[in-house]
Amino acid sequence: MIPPPPMRDAVADAAIAGGLPVASLIAGNKSPADVTRDVCRALDAKPSGLWWLGLGLSGSALLLGVVAVSYQMATGIGTWGLNSTVGWAFDITNFVFWIGIGHAGTLISAILFLLRQRWRTSVNRAAEAMTLFAVMCAGLFPLIHMGRPWLAFWMLPYPNTRGSLWINFRSPLIWDFFAISTYFTISAVFWYIGLLPDLATIRDRMRASHETDRNARGTDAHDNTTYDNTAYDNTAYVVSGFSRTRMRIFDWLSLGWNGSYRTWHRYEVVYLLLAALATPLVLSVHSIVSMDFATALVPGWHTTIFPPYFVAGAIFSGMAMVLTLMLVARKTMRIEDYITARHVDAMCRLVILTSGIVGLAYATELFTAFYSGNQYEQSAFVNRVVGPLAWGYWVMVGCNVLVPQLFWFAGVRRSFLMVFIISLFINVGMWFERFIIIVSSLERGFLPSSWASYSPTSIEIATLIGSFGLFFTCFLLFCRFVPVIAMAEIKAVLGKAR
Amino acid sequence: MSRRVIIGVFEREEDLLHATAAARDEGLDIVDVFSPYVVHGLDRAMGLRPSRLPWVCFLLGLLGATGILLFQFWTTSVGWPINVGGKPWNSLPAFIPATFEMMVLLGGVGTVVAFIWSAGLRPWHNRSRPALADLGVTDDRFALAIGETGVAFDHARVRALLSRFRPASIEDRAEEEVA
Repeated sequence: MIPPPPMRDAVADAAIAGGLPVASLIAGNKSPADVTRDVCRALDAKPSGLWWLGLGLSGSALLLGVVAVSYQMATGIGTWGLNSTVGWAFDITNFVFWIGIGHAGTLISAILFLLRQRWRTSVNRAAEAMTLFAVMCAGLFPLIHMGRPWLAFWMLPYPNTRGSLWINFRSPLIWDFFAISTYFTISAVFWYIGLLPDLATIRDRMRASHETDRNARGTDAHDNTTYDNTAYDNTAYVVSGFSRTRMRIFDWLSLGWNGSYRTWHRYEVVYLLLAALATPLVLSVHSIVSMDFATALVPGWHTTIFPPYFVAGAIFSGMAMVLTLMLVARKTMRIEDYITARHVDAMCRLVILTSGIVGLAYATELFTAFYSGNQYEQSAFVNRVVGPLAWGYWVMVGCNVLVPQLFWFAGVRRSFLMVFIISLFINVGMWFERFIIIVSSLERGFLPSSWASYSPTSIEIATLIGSFGLFFTCFLLFCRFVPVIAMAEIKAVLGKAR
Repeated sequence: MSRRVIIGVFEREEDLLHATAAARDEGLDIVDVFSPYVVHGLDRAMGLRPSRLPWVCFLLGLLGATGILLFQFWTTSVGWPINVGGKPWNSLPAFIPATFEMMVLLGGVGTVVAFIWSAGLRPWHNRSRPALADLGVTDDRFALAIGETGVAFDHARVRALLSRFRPASIEDRAEEEVA
């Protein structure tokens, strides 16, 4: 049969006629069937040696973290380097770092959806998964900071035998609890809803290959009634236990999705509503995290600039992590046609924008301290810039403000190696930003007699490594068992220019 | 009672759109349309009414917000008022974050539950009713299912109508296999 002329030509012709640049979002002139095949290939094939190596490394890091946290729980948080002056340090730094990483996923999945940025379709699935795993890592830190994490449910306002003594709704730490748990739930739901059509595609592919196998073994499979309750049970041969379980799991998870347009019609509305809810949600989450600091009187924390400064920083760091992950994933998962130079370029531009905002916030902080005439505020910032942790401050400025300026050059944005290296610098810089804000402010408070210094213990460092282990273990498992690219969304934008 | 349906399978979304619009103009009973992704304009071609899910979202969001706001007020100023740093019993500005979060949580999760319920998505429907999976509607094909009902229905004419839009195939099935 002669294939019908591809529909993308009409779009391209219209673009040429209108004098618009023609650049397809997806390389290689794909058909919808190609998309299904390319994306599912990673799920069908045996994982590569590189994948096993990655899983081994991240699994070991996770194990190290589990050991460290278990020891800390058994002994107490005296195993950390905290003292009575510096009561928050490594742990809260990691919490803010991870929660910030998550923000880029929601930016891509919700905000760019509302702004009709079609390029998001190639990266949104993986970025949302990254959000989920990052929020999981983030949530662990306040939990272990409690010292007695088994009493974490005390954060819930439930009628209890202590009065009832209710939680203090005026405390930013309770706001945090509400914000993080809502953020995690909504992100998980949003991700699952986006995944539904793709789960059905995989389910039907499995069924089809099951039928083909059966055909090959001479059983009559032309009869449509073979899809009944006993379809899997009366087979004359043994389906391996693993694939049978996998088939059942996809059967259940896809909720009987059948591509009906009446369902699609509602689905579109739900997706839009979730995007509209997630957009202010993501802004609220890091604003609330910043209020953990801004509502305290500590010089260096007590500033009104914190909410927008933290939100911009969060998106900045998250974008860097998306770039890090995507550049690795496109090579190892062989999805170069889907994550192209155009996607990387767009993300680099977002990095420059947010880097600019973060740089402006650093400058504003210094200027406000100087202009306020408040000696405590002034000394806090002099201490930051030239004090004992000045090296950390300059690592932060160098990685977050200076290095990303390289993205102004198109050549740098096109070199994936350069982009990858710069994204690693930003990840480091943004971790240091939180560390500097938290520790340098606490070390030098109002009372010189209680000044102290802080350095992390091996347990704290092992816990940080463990959180990276958890994050990458989850991400590698995701790459193996879930389609990393939103197939249904990609099919809808195939051949569409810009 | 089992109804028969006639199914046109298409390879291009424009063909599906035009065939659906034509079938609707002819006054045929469109049982459903199946596609691997959202085809814009198909809701108009099928004559679907706008979904009422935004109302569910709005009302549940409102319920979440007012519910937690009243609860916060009650716990801090009625249930067991505790003086925290001299702040007033009714510290309204401090109640805003939790109010906002509960609005989003209830609105978002509630909408999704309402969607799953109203769209009839049930995991146990998989085994008995896989619909048109074998035609590839979750991969790369589009299908238009027309019910064989009404005095206007004429099998040969419907086939002729579908044939005008370059169908890959035209099939007859029982409705249970489609719904």
